[in-house]
Amino acid sequence: MEKFVRLEGLVAPLDRANVDTDAIIPKQFLKSIKRSGFGPNLFDEWRYRDVGEPGQDVAQRPRKDDFVLNQPRYQGAQILLTRKNFGCGSSREHAPWALLDFGFRALIAESFADIFFNNCFKNGILPIVLPAAEVDALFVQVTETPGYRLLIDLERQRVVRPDGKLLPFVIDAFRRECLLNGWDDIGLTLRHADLIRAFEEQRRRQQPWLFA
Amino acid sequence: MPQTLYEKLWQDHLVHQEADGTALIYIDRHLVHEVTSPQAFEGLKLAGRKPWRVSSIVATADHNTPTDHWDRGIEDPVSRLQVETLDANIREVGALAYFPFKDPRQGIVHVVGPESGATLPGMTVVCGDSHTSTHGAFACMAHGIGTSEVEHVLATQCLLQKKSRTMLLRVDGVLGKGVTAKDLALAIIGHIGTAGGTGYAIEFAGSAVRSLSMEGRMTLCNMAIEGGARLGMVAVDEVTIDYLRGRPFAPKGEQWQQAIALWRTLRSDDGAEFDHVVDLPAGEIGPQVSWGTSPEMVVAIDACVPDPAREGDPVKREGMERALVYMGLSANTPIREIALDKIFIGSCTNSRIEDLRAAAGVVRGKKVASSIRLAMVVPGSGLVKRQAEDEGLDEIFRAAGFEWREPGCSMCLAMNADRLEAGERCASTSNRNFEGRQGAGGRTHLVSPEMAAAAAIAGHFCDVRELL
Repeated sequence: MEKFVRLEGLVAPLDRANVDTDAIIPKQFLKSIKRSGFGPNLFDEWRYRDVGEPGQDVAQRPRKDDFVLNQPRYQGAQILLTRKNFGCGSSREHAPWALLDFGFRALIAESFADIFFNNCFKNGILPIVLPAAEVDALFVQVTETPGYRLLIDLERQRVVRPDGKLLPFVIDAFRRECLLNGWDDIGLTLRHADLIRAFEEQRRRQQPWLFA
Repeated sequence: MPQTLYEKLWQDHLVHQEADGTALIYIDRHLVHEVTSPQAFEGLKLAGRKPWRVSSIVATADHNTPTDHWDRGIEDPVSRLQVETLDANIREVGALAYFPFKDPRQGIVHVVGPESGATLPGMTVVCGDSHTSTHGAFACMAHGIGTSEVEHVLATQCLLQKKSRTMLLRVDGVLGKGVTAKDLALAIIGHIGTAGGTGYAIEFAGSAVRSLSMEGRMTLCNMAIEGGARLGMVAVDEVTIDYLRGRPFAPKGEQWQQAIALWRTLRSDDGAEFDHVVDLPAGEIGPQVSWGTSPEMVVAIDACVPDPAREGDPVKREGMERALVYMGLSANTPIREIALDKIFIGSCTNSRIEDLRAAAGVVRGKKVASSIRLAMVVPGSGLVKRQAEDEGLDEIFRAAGFEWREPGCSMCLAMNADRLEAGERCASTSNRNFEGRQGAGGRTHLVSPEMAAAAAIAGHFCDVRELL
């Protein structure tokens, strides 16, 4: 997993609440057995006027020009600003894979759905929860200001606006450490292999039917 | 100190805890399907790791499998590769049980787990699938995970977790005639919203929940995720124990006696404190129909499509307006006047034997309206299908004009060939009415099996209570 320490990047605003993972990456693209290549189909039904299928050359497909990610001013965006309950619905990790593959490393919203939120951290994406008033203010600034960029400083746990205002955010210490260092969970967990084995043996004695 | 059911399950699976509260939780049962597992098996192999305990794995192919013409196999080569990849992965690593495509016990993973007795009270149950909350009906700590976590469970038999807050959702009273667990689930989501349960483990309780069968409890817990909660659960009682007795993977003999003694403790203690309590009187709930593109956009059958002009919150109002455009509906239209093109009875929410019996009861001796292009029943598993056929339910559906299909996820998410075309409107017993969920441009209305059956006969929504 790629480290996340500081990110200074262009912001794209997606002004919708309850964006679900079916919208982020529609089901037909879940047939892939790879982790990569989902970026061209991120928000497929909102980005294109036709119905997408796996394996198409997206350059040939008709686009919906008014969709935010199709607008020239947001090309190269690395930070997605959106509304509450982003990532609700299915547990598909293809959603964060698609966001990452498209180029997003950080997401800002008032809230995120639990499973999606968790999946982001496994892929080096930082989902930042900010109060509604601060999200509102960011939406105003980003739509009014072409080329609007934010600085995200994970070490200091804050977002820095171009006008210098600091927006602190909260993150679990463990998740922060993993992102800052680019650690994968499995290696960390396996340091506790003896504890797991002991736990398992005790459980097997107490509830043998669980190990049938 | 009195403990909630969730706290008991958490303590019982806690292997280790970090200073910030991040906990290592032991996983008893790992359900696996073809869509969210290939990258996990590949990751495991690339890292040179072996699965920790293959006897925890129960696997089946469900999302991509066709529901008709099984003799032709899986015609879509991309779907076929995904299913064959699962075959190969399970062949290589092993499993407690594998129900591949065409196996008589194959079916939707959340139907197959409980019916085989592979889901047992007090377990942690995970799957790369958000509807894993279904298994909470058995007082399990059960929730969906992403593919990275599928790999983590394969490699370590554990997950890194933060403890959820607890919500008691108490439904006292009696559900009216024709009002089902599905209506209860939809009414709850309408009440708390799709983010109302975010960060919570919900325990469903109260006399109306106690009176539900296991099938009903599974329907209720299945949709906890639609209310934002990864986990929904119901305490163990005699209904739970009766359901499990004699199931293939349930304990037998002396172990059964030990198990049920332990299972009977899987309830919240009297006086246990929850972080949040919601009370919903059962008697006020009528049959529900979703009108929009989020499960919280739901009203009772005797209501009208809501008017965004009356919504004060601008973000919510915009969402409603967008939903009405997508759904091709006008505000203030009576729900009963909405005409349907397709009917889908199936999915991990409503494809169990009780659901099929209830729908067949409405359909018996009647005909699907001529305006309906397709009405289909997709049993949740091969065993559900066989039981329904033994009871003659297939004949009732076929005689009415329904198609009787092979088991699978089917048109709940339309990864196989079963789907809505753009603009088509469907009464569906599934769980999600998101844009494009059942096919690009398709319009989904979530309802109970009885309400879907009634809509099939009438050609539009109608109050099933008037038919009973």
